[in-house]
Amino acid sequence: MLAYIARRLIAMPLLLLGVITVAFLLSHFTSADPLTSIIGERQMNNPAVVEAARARWGLDRSLPEQYLVYLKNLLTGDFGTSFRTRQPVAQDLLVRLPATLELVIAAMIVGTVFGVALGVIAARFQNRTPDNLARLFALFGSSVPVFWSGLVVLFIFSVQLGWLPGPGRIGSRMSAPELVTGFYTIDTLVAGDWAGFRSALAQLVLPASVLGWTVTGIVSRMVRASMLDVLGQEYILAARAKGAGQLRILFHHALRNAMLPTLTILGFSFAYLITGAILTETIFSWPGIGSYAVSAARGLDHPAIIGVTIVGGAAFLITNLLTDIAYALVDPRVKIGARATA
Amino acid sequence: MSAPLLQIRDLAVTFAGQGRNHLQAVCGVDLDVEKGQLHGVVGESGSGKSVTMMAVMGLLSPSACVTGSVRLDGEELIGKSERAMRRIRGARIGYIFQDPMTALNPLLTVGEQISEAIRLHERKITRRSANERAVDLLRLVAIPIPERRALQYPHEFSGGMRQRAVIAMAMANEPSLLIADEPTTALDVTIQAQIMELLERLRADKGVGLVLVTHDLGVVAGAASAVSIMYSGRVVEQGHVDDVFAFPRHPYTRGLLASLPQLDHPTARLVAIPGAPPPIAMRPSGCAFHPRCPLAIERCRIEVPALRAIGASMSACHRAEDLRPLGPTTNEATHAGA
Repeated sequence: MLAYIARRLIAMPLLLLGVITVAFLLSHFTSADPLTSIIGERQMNNPAVVEAARARWGLDRSLPEQYLVYLKNLLTGDFGTSFRTRQPVAQDLLVRLPATLELVIAAMIVGTVFGVALGVIAARFQNRTPDNLARLFALFGSSVPVFWSGLVVLFIFSVQLGWLPGPGRIGSRMSAPELVTGFYTIDTLVAGDWAGFRSALAQLVLPASVLGWTVTGIVSRMVRASMLDVLGQEYILAARAKGAGQLRILFHHALRNAMLPTLTILGFSFAYLITGAILTETIFSWPGIGSYAVSAARGLDHPAIIGVTIVGGAAFLITNLLTDIAYALVDPRVKIGARATA
Repeated sequence: MSAPLLQIRDLAVTFAGQGRNHLQAVCGVDLDVEKGQLHGVVGESGSGKSVTMMAVMGLLSPSACVTGSVRLDGEELIGKSERAMRRIRGARIGYIFQDPMTALNPLLTVGEQISEAIRLHERKITRRSANERAVDLLRLVAIPIPERRALQYPHEFSGGMRQRAVIAMAMANEPSLLIADEPTTALDVTIQAQIMELLERLRADKGVGLVLVTHDLGVVAGAASAVSIMYSGRVVEQGHVDDVFAFPRHPYTRGLLASLPQLDHPTARLVAIPGAPPPIAMRPSGCAFHPRCPLAIERCRIEVPALRAIGASMSACHRAEDLRPLGPTTNEATHAGA
């Protein structure tokens, strides 16, 4: 299994190279000239400024040359400098990635817990009222747009009831914790700052719930379907014939088996949310990858766009690997890395 | 004589269909199993034999309406709460499923699944001693290197080994009654013989009453002492194996026997019963077998024959008196061919 993981890890940079190449070409074939955003529209009529800027950002060189230079820099961890923030893209990403990860992990916890619970309940009470309620909840989760549900929960829980704070990662009267992991909930704990921890956690509740709701929808449907499939298997009847009770059947025998197909959905959702949490991040003023990607795209910020693309691609590759490993850990029939014998 | 280990009286199972369209899967089944006895229940698929056994276990879906009486050691099981039934399942009745490939949870080790059966009924037992007993049970069903096998998963077992593991699981709490639902159907012929030998040994050594559900008369012939032949939800013939085989008192039983290959008459053509068993939704009136019966008369189409004593066994046939005994080595097929 270790050899298999090693092989997958070695293959990863090659796959990423493909992602980088496509992202590089696509961003350079956009019709808009990135210089517009670098020097401003008015200066575009000034040939001297344009020439200087072209030379300064290396845009005067040929495309293959730019590509090779970019790759060479990438090997040293240099993702280039953002046109917009004038900061190294790597640094921008390092600040924003933990914010997104913190939000997405929290959302995945919410989505998994509620999704699995609702799925199990729905399967247990198939076609009865709890099933229909769960279906309704799931349907809303996957079809109500986040920009709407986000605003609604902010209005209800923050503005009207005042139970939870408004947008942001930490209370407005608090300072951000010293950077250790970039996860505010962890960094405040490391610093022993209890008030900060409570604030960071409270800030996390609404965006994580809104984002987690979308995950709850897919996960609960998936769990329900595979639970129904598993509950019809003979080993469930065999477990009942042994004298096992309903809860034991549901959780010990059925859920484990039903989680196998669900793992794929969970992995996919996680990878997708790394770059897909844009709307949530925007509404909750969450300084993550998603909102960074949006401003990069709007500002024709090529280095930032490619940087975000690499992060997104890597998220998918790593999550797929983790999903495969999880499969091998849960299902004894999966022999990871074993060559199929024909 | 004391009460039989298992006593089924007038058992009926009806599945609620759409509207008033109820489906009667099993009707008026009487069946006794004595301690240490092997009772064969024979019938084609859909004859209600598995439904009967599921009704005994209380494992039918809630849409099934079960009436009649099932007594285990004199204790009535029909109408017991799910809680009470849970204490009986696996503890006093062991159930062996048809397909060992699907009857074991693929994600749990075989040892875990056996020790689970123990721990479900002995709350105070430690995990460790339950595991030790699981290994002992694997040894009991003649699985080699049981210590290592207990730690393996079902997919690492062969079909015959899995069925042994399923039997070990059913025997975990030393039940007084073992129900084996087609335990050998999914297995190779040589493995079938081994599994039958094992069941026979458990019956003889442990004195368990064994209900063997099968569609194979040959399996019953060698092992069982009593046999019930089921057709379309009813017991059509019942008695001691020797009596039933020597002098079948129901045309259906005779048809089944005629379709068995015989080693001493290798050239005789096997005679199939014409037609197919009816789906329960379209059960014929009167005797359900009458459309396929060579002896059917007008009365058979109207009146359901009751199971009644005739000769040494019981038969549910209006024309049972008109049947002749089978010759010692011949059957009707060879008569018909002569």
